[in-house]
Amino acid sequence: MALFDLRLQDIHNRLNNKELSVSELTEASYKRISETEPAVKAFITLNEEGARAQAAELDKQLQAGGERGLLFGLPAGIKDNIVTEGITTTCASQFLRNYDPIYDATVTKKLKAAQSVAIGKLNMDEFAMGGSNENSSFHTTRNPWNTEHVPGGSSGGSAASVAAGQVYFSLGSDTGGSIRQPASYCGIVGLKPTYGLVSRFGLVAFASSLDQIGPLTKNVEDSAYVLQAIAGYDNMDSTSANVDIPDYTSALTGDVKGLRIGVPKEYIGAGVDPKVKEAVLGALKVYESLGATWEEVSMPHTEYAVATYYLLASSEASSNLARFDGVRYGVRADNPDNLIDLYRKSRSQGFGSEVKRRIMLGTYALSSGYYDAYYKKAQQVRTLIKRDFDQAFEKYDVLIGPTAPTTAFRIGEQVGDPLTMYLNDILTIPVSLAGVPAVSIPCGLADGLPVGLQIIGKAFDESTVLRTAHAFEQHTDFYKARPQL
Amino acid sequence: MSTQYETVIGLEVHVELHTNSKIFCGCSTAFGAPPNTHTCPICLGHPGVLPVLNRQAVEYAMKASMALNCTVADVSKFDRKNYFYPDSPKAYQISQYDQPVGEHGWIDIEVNGQTKRIGITRVHLEEDAGKLTHVDGGYASLVDFNRVGTPLIEIVSEPDIRTPEEAKAYLEKIRAIMLYCDVSDVKMEEGSMRCDANISIRPYGQEKFGTRAELKNMNTFRGVQRGLEYEQWRQAEVLNSGGEVVQETRRWDEAQGKTLSMRGKEQAHDYRYFPDPDLVRMNIDAEWKERIRASIPELPDARKARYVAEYDLPSYDAEVLTSSMKMANFFEESLNYTKDAKAVSNWIMGDLLGYLNANNLEFGDIKLTAQGLGEMIGLLESNTINSKIAKTVFKAMLESGKLPKQIVEEQGLVQISDEGAVKEIVVQIVEANPQSVADYKAGKEKAIGFLVGQVMKASKGKANPALANKLLVEVLSQL
Amino acid sequence: MSITTNDVEHVANLARLALTDEEKETFTVQLNAILKYAEKLNELNTDGVEPTSHVLPLANVMRADEVRPSVSNETALRNAPDDEDGQIKVPAVLE
Repeated sequence: MALFDLRLQDIHNRLNNKELSVSELTEASYKRISETEPAVKAFITLNEEGARAQAAELDKQLQAGGERGLLFGLPAGIKDNIVTEGITTTCASQFLRNYDPIYDATVTKKLKAAQSVAIGKLNMDEFAMGGSNENSSFHTTRNPWNTEHVPGGSSGGSAASVAAGQVYFSLGSDTGGSIRQPASYCGIVGLKPTYGLVSRFGLVAFASSLDQIGPLTKNVEDSAYVLQAIAGYDNMDSTSANVDIPDYTSALTGDVKGLRIGVPKEYIGAGVDPKVKEAVLGALKVYESLGATWEEVSMPHTEYAVATYYLLASSEASSNLARFDGVRYGVRADNPDNLIDLYRKSRSQGFGSEVKRRIMLGTYALSSGYYDAYYKKAQQVRTLIKRDFDQAFEKYDVLIGPTAPTTAFRIGEQVGDPLTMYLNDILTIPVSLAGVPAVSIPCGLADGLPVGLQIIGKAFDESTVLRTAHAFEQHTDFYKARPQL
Repeated sequence: MSTQYETVIGLEVHVELHTNSKIFCGCSTAFGAPPNTHTCPICLGHPGVLPVLNRQAVEYAMKASMALNCTVADVSKFDRKNYFYPDSPKAYQISQYDQPVGEHGWIDIEVNGQTKRIGITRVHLEEDAGKLTHVDGGYASLVDFNRVGTPLIEIVSEPDIRTPEEAKAYLEKIRAIMLYCDVSDVKMEEGSMRCDANISIRPYGQEKFGTRAELKNMNTFRGVQRGLEYEQWRQAEVLNSGGEVVQETRRWDEAQGKTLSMRGKEQAHDYRYFPDPDLVRMNIDAEWKERIRASIPELPDARKARYVAEYDLPSYDAEVLTSSMKMANFFEESLNYTKDAKAVSNWIMGDLLGYLNANNLEFGDIKLTAQGLGEMIGLLESNTINSKIAKTVFKAMLESGKLPKQIVEEQGLVQISDEGAVKEIVVQIVEANPQSVADYKAGKEKAIGFLVGQVMKASKGKANPALANKLLVEVLSQL
Repeated sequence: MSITTNDVEHVANLARLALTDEEKETFTVQLNAILKYAEKLNELNTDGVEPTSHVLPLANVMRADEVRPSVSNETALRNAPDDEDGQIKVPAVLE
């Protein structure tokens, strides 16, 4: 068994018993990266020097004895839109290719406090805009299960890296499905927490009202451990929720007897690959066998979610990305004629076409005369979509469906057709708009590619989501499947 | 200004709130630090940062709104105003669009003895921008972000102002109210109070507003008045020569004494306001409002009315005294030491303001105390000193801050009211000035003034002048 | 509603993007497709529906007026493409 396939608790025990050192873990990570990275290309920046120095320091502490946190010494990958002081943070954009952060994101601080080792920064779609990693301005990450296929996105590097066994866990960010969809495509566990549970301070904003950081791991238990380390109120984030954080692992009982599951019929209807649907129905049978009940429920506003999302997210993005103007940091075009020319050239040279497209869409939607028709209308429909969830959760403990309508598609297959690409997110976007938590877990393979099961919970009820996911894992082996690299 | 046109002016006044820290981050708002030393990732607009609202800024905005007779919103929120400019690090300004802190207020101003009410449309809270300095012969600019994020309120008036004098009076009143509320230093020269104007003219009797120009860069009270005077003249000239006023932004050039068009130099604006998703709304409940309302001191208008009623002061005196809270407080404190309000008012409005203006000082910069002034007036009332000595004492108080009794004792300035002592001097003066005595005897009554003056001079100003006069008349009548 | 190349140029100017002629054409086609799709929302009657700006019912999140340390001038300018005398340098604003 590969070192990173050990359970977190096992690694923890080995470290405490001095059967394993942090340096060995770190070297194992870089060794695996050197073996698999040419095929997978998950990273933008490796933090080898920093990670080795940190590992040596942690090993000293280990020798000194004492209690360690559970993430102590674990090799972690961080999506490159999470700000890390001392490690270049690019958002996979040419604009920020040399950006040297002057502060740490709150989650970065939390990982440091938990003493996990930052292995490097992971590839993504530029500024988290995209669902395939093809929008990275550096390179396209490959799906470890089939390198002709995309890893999903935007946290494609985060998912591929964990799936390829390069890091023990990673952090991603999810705005409309950017953790769950790549987790689904890469056959791992990806959790999008409730909006407000994890601080956004230091997450480079794409769509502020939707963005949320979450863990990508190989199993549900690890997901709970990582979530435990990063969740919590942050007074640097005004949209952070001041709620009590439960002990997530204590919820992992394996027991789902009496659990009421709603299956939105819109999530398994037309457009969903029959093999994906089959895998999901198989999973529901497993739950039935464990004493849970399920029935179909209607979420009537599902079909409006994608349009709503693209208007809202693009509008917010058009404003959030205005700060990339070439004045204080990032790329500045050479020899501008004047200030306006500096802005225009720097931004046009720095941004890729998907980013420009969304800035254009958002700028248009907010511009004079169109605000009510687009932005405000979309906010109103968002209310209706959220109500679908409120109503469903009056009756059900969780909602279950596929994470994505299909398995990972081929690289290049959907480039040039933004609308089709956007529709890949149709099952993850409503959840983002409602702000509720959801996890994607592996529930089978179709033609050699993983299928993801999406489990959606009530706001701040990550415990039930994780319990449901964990119970499935306890009774199936899908999560143990590994790609051959 | 041709008399056939009426001028219509609305003012947008920006006031920096004097919080300790910035509105959305913890950086200091102190003025005058070296460039870019009061900045952090948040106010520099680095990727990933988020704003957290300073409660004090909100409370100052509420206080100012209430003092300007505005209705404070029950729910208020922040919006993003999107535009690119190098002094705006996020390329949007966090401001308030449709739910400002305060709305529908007014203030009264006094011009030429007439009171006039000027409506206030709204008071909203926003963040200040950085500072640009032009270098390389105007081909480049340097940006200092220290000021970025200083909390500002923007006070927008209704187009109720009709003359540049009214505009100046309005600004002075706003300034006084801000000082009373203690929410800002309101120093135009340091930029903590700034003013833009919308100005148009129209033929008298016409209801429709004329085309307006937006006037910027008026950095002093005098600049505001002069800029508006110039602009109303310019617009009348345009109309009188058959032209049309163009809607545009114009810059007041103090040195040239004219307004210059910025036409073509500003892009058409489309600020794309939308609610800032990084900030949550403010619910301002009755209890919060009440707490802020209770912290507002008696404002200039109320004090003025009280001075007239309570101290029987002329309206003009009351207006001047209440134009600054420090001055009004000084006045009231002085009355703990004398009952003669009019005398205190005269001294403040005369000698004291004259001294402050001549030396470019403010209340608070001087050593003279209210107790000193009050006691000095007491010494005058009790005839301990005369008005001539009082001038000397007053000057000494300004310089040393000592109380009048001490000055009088140290310098031996007590008025000589002892009849014997004064009579001795009177007799000497009569003997030494036979010509004036003869003139007096010959019916030139004015000559006695000269003789009193001589007595005062001989007594080094200390003789009681009324007593000297009385004794002179007696002595002369016996001759 | 359909978007013309002129609209695209106007929006690009607001967003401070310089687009090639090819990009202008592509964006005109793509934005029209996306906005046409977005017209779906008009099928829904949203009269009287409160817009959602935040999914969480948060209000009055504020901090005390306390000064916290700023970063050094050197740190503030660490990523500056051009600086002079401790300040960021840019071409002059058109005047």
